[in-house]
Amino acid sequence: MKSENDVGRVSVKNGRYKIKGKFHIIEPNTPIFDDNGKLCGITNPRDMTYIHSYGGEAIFFESLSKGKLMASRCDNPKCESKDSIFMPFRIYCPDCLRKNTVIDITDIAKKTAMIHSFIITERSGAFNTLKKPIKFINVEFKDVCTIFMGYLSVGEPKIGMRVLPIFQTKKPTYTIMDISWVPVGTPESELPEGFTL
Amino acid sequence: MIKFSDKQLKIPKMARPVYLATSGMSRFGRAFPTLRTEELCIEAFTAAADFIKMTPAELKQYIHTAYYGHFADHFGDQLLGEAVIHDRLGLDPLGTIGVKTGGATGGSTIWEAIKAVASGYSDCALAMGWERMDEVPTDEGNHLIACAADKDWETPLGHIYTGYYAVMAQRYWQIFGKAEDSFRKTMAEIAVKNRGYGRMNPYAHGGMKITVEDVINSPVVAYPLRVLDCCLMSVGAACGVVCDEKTAYELTDNPLRIWIGAGSHTLRVADRRDMKIPLLPNEEPGLYDDLGKRFPGGDRYPGFSSFLAARIASYYAYNMTGVVDPCEDLDVIELHDAFTISDIQSYEDVGLRPYGEGRDYIESGDGYHTNPKTGKPGRLPSNLSGGLIGCMHAVGATGLMQIAEIGYHIWNRWAEIHGDEKKWKKFGREKPKDWTDLQVKGAKRGLAISHAGVGSHVTATILMHPNHLLKED
Ligand SMILES: [Zn+2]
Repeated sequence: MKSENDVGRVSVKNGRYKIKGKFHIIEPNTPIFDDNGKLCGITNPRDMTYIHSYGGEAIFFESLSKGKLMASRCDNPKCESKDSIFMPFRIYCPDCLRKNTVIDITDIAKKTAMIHSFIITERSGAFNTLKKPIKFINVEFKDVCTIFMGYLSVGEPKIGMRVLPIFQTKKPTYTIMDISWVPVGTPESELPEGFTL
Repeated sequence: MIKFSDKQLKIPKMARPVYLATSGMSRFGRAFPTLRTEELCIEAFTAAADFIKMTPAELKQYIHTAYYGHFADHFGDQLLGEAVIHDRLGLDPLGTIGVKTGGATGGSTIWEAIKAVASGYSDCALAMGWERMDEVPTDEGNHLIACAADKDWETPLGHIYTGYYAVMAQRYWQIFGKAEDSFRKTMAEIAVKNRGYGRMNPYAHGGMKITVEDVINSPVVAYPLRVLDCCLMSVGAACGVVCDEKTAYELTDNPLRIWIGAGSHTLRVADRRDMKIPLLPNEEPGLYDDLGKRFPGGDRYPGFSSFLAARIASYYAYNMTGVVDPCEDLDVIELHDAFTISDIQSYEDVGLRPYGEGRDYIESGDGYHTNPKTGKPGRLPSNLSGGLIGCMHAVGATGLMQIAEIGYHIWNRWAEIHGDEKKWKKFGREKPKDWTDLQVKGAKRGLAISHAGVGSHVTATILMHPNHLLKED
């Protein structure tokens, strides 16, 4: 891990990125020898930090840190998909390509969220920070035309099970990891660190 | 979109017939510490030249444009890897382009080559695909594959692509498989079948003699999927050379006709909205009116249980070629068996069985080289190469390997390609004592499905012997 001072950080001034800290770490190559001790390759170490814009989705990720689930809706009276609510949040309607209206569906989620499918796995890839086994769940909501992908933090998932959203409001990461789900009736004391109902 | 206009459903038209003149493959393996990617590509290209009794230099004289597919620059750690291979094949200054559509990259690469020939732009085009999946450890490899999911909405969740896919398997397993032991057994039969066929293939690195119990007792990856239900991670290359009629017959006496359809669907499964099921030529309107009644929860299409991209690709390809009932009109197929359960889902998408009844294709014995129930030839054998489970999944090469394998059956040269003792030795593999010739006798028409991850891209390639077309041009 980098020291606190070395962590790469970015701010925006006058519409331009300003960077501070280390965005890459240099480590020497090392040789690879085959069974007979002959050179067959090398390692290429690399550690980089990317700078990524959330653009029109920023409001979604920022709202998670405030305990809110924001979706978007097509309000174009001329669109055949008018009134469709999208979660995952879509900046534009996929049919008419007009900008969607941002709406708060925290209440809809609290009242209607249900597990559509799930998977429990001990496997993960490099950089995983979720506790294993990971319980992936897909969440359907009343009147929402798509099905959100997330993870269950408490209990065992089942298709049709009612769940509630919880939010990382105390130490937000400003990523999709800031929203998780628990079975209806889970007491606040059982939530993972930093999460609130 | 959830409604399609007539213009969008137009049957693709090729301005002139296109032929597959030859195909070639390298050996496939989990890792090749002493081989560069270009060595594998040259191995595949040389095999394609050998197949039509030419030298690589002679075959190169015919090529006019080149199309290269590899899924992930990350894996090979080389941007513009296509340009490296193009140079090493000595094909500069011909026009060339790279193609990337995840697991469907091989199919998409030849899609581009076929269109180039069909349009008249080129008389002969090379489609070459490869993947280098051994340059990072498996954990990092899983992360890189997960980067092909949505990087804000999915990748941070575990950095494990299997997780994003397996939720679809779970839904299919519970709704259409009804979580029955008998369905679990049918899934396992696919793993046994494909690994068994892989044993007869010297190019393959996943061949195994196993039983249904072995599969059911193998470690859980993501329930209900177990280790032996899952495809391989591989390194290797495969290619095909497509031509117009005149050039094809200059290259060989026996070229095959080739057509291809392509489809897509949202990268995130989460975004898939409910829609009407597009019907294939062998399906009557009303067929699915009671699907939700027969399979409670199964009325949302494509939902999590079907691949719209595969259905659309098949719709285009079948209508281009006159295929009505694939089980009747085709002799051999290669499907994208990333997981045993996704293989079953595909049977329905491509019309081997109606939605909800995919398992019957295996349970009836239709999908085998020799039907285990009757001892007679299977009605429509699938994945005799071993598929992704028993042969390989070197992503950018996979679709081209499948097309090559279908070709070898129609060319009636499967035994020559797979049985040669010297080839087994050269690849450092032992030919099994019970090696079996899996040639489909009299094969005239075949299909290869190239499919990306959760079904974001799919191509359906149809090969036919030119004397056995289903409809006039
Ligand atoms: Zn709209």
